[in-house]
Amino acid sequence: MEGGFGSEFGAAGGGAGGKLDPGLIMEQVKVQIAVANAQELLQRMTDKCFRKCIGKPGSSLDNSEQKCIAMCMDRYMDAWNTVSRAYNSRLQRERANM
Amino acid sequence: MAEPGGPDPAVSELQRLVAAEEQRAQFTAQVHNFMDVCWDKCVDKPGSKLDSRTESCLASCVERFIDTTLSITNRFAQIVQKGGH
Repeated sequence: MEGGFGSEFGAAGGGAGGKLDPGLIMEQVKVQIAVANAQELLQRMTDKCFRKCIGKPGSSLDNSEQKCIAMCMDRYMDAWNTVSRAYNSRLQRERANM
Repeated sequence: MAEPGGPDPAVSELQRLVAAEEQRAQFTAQVHNFMDVCWDKCVDKPGSKLDSRTESCLASCVERFIDTTLSITNRFAQIVQKGGH
């Protein structure tokens, strides 16, 4: 992630008092992680949906292309959830076997 | 809170929480990687929902990709042990 974690956490780091507030810091960490994840998701989704939906690029996106993109986005997120569940199951199974 | 001269317990608490988030982030990164491969393998034209064939393909894709990773890791370890490369 750009910029690192240092500067943004100055206030939560306790300033002059020097006392750390883990709760406050973690709130900010989680937000940054969520933002980075959303960016990653959008970038990959755009790549996949452009490839699936746009044939020969014209002078604008026609109606069928726009509809395809909308459906593709929804299916990409459905697929993401399916993959996420499958991976989680596999991890649980591997841990149970250790 | 902190004893004079002793470590701040908030630091180890923070380390624990950060480690948990790191693990969560690693999981997410892996899901992105699986999606990269499995979307192309399993999804044809995006429809109004994912049919059961596609769902099952996606789940299998994850499992088989992990199996492949394990196969390659194990075989590669054998190759290296035998003195190759």
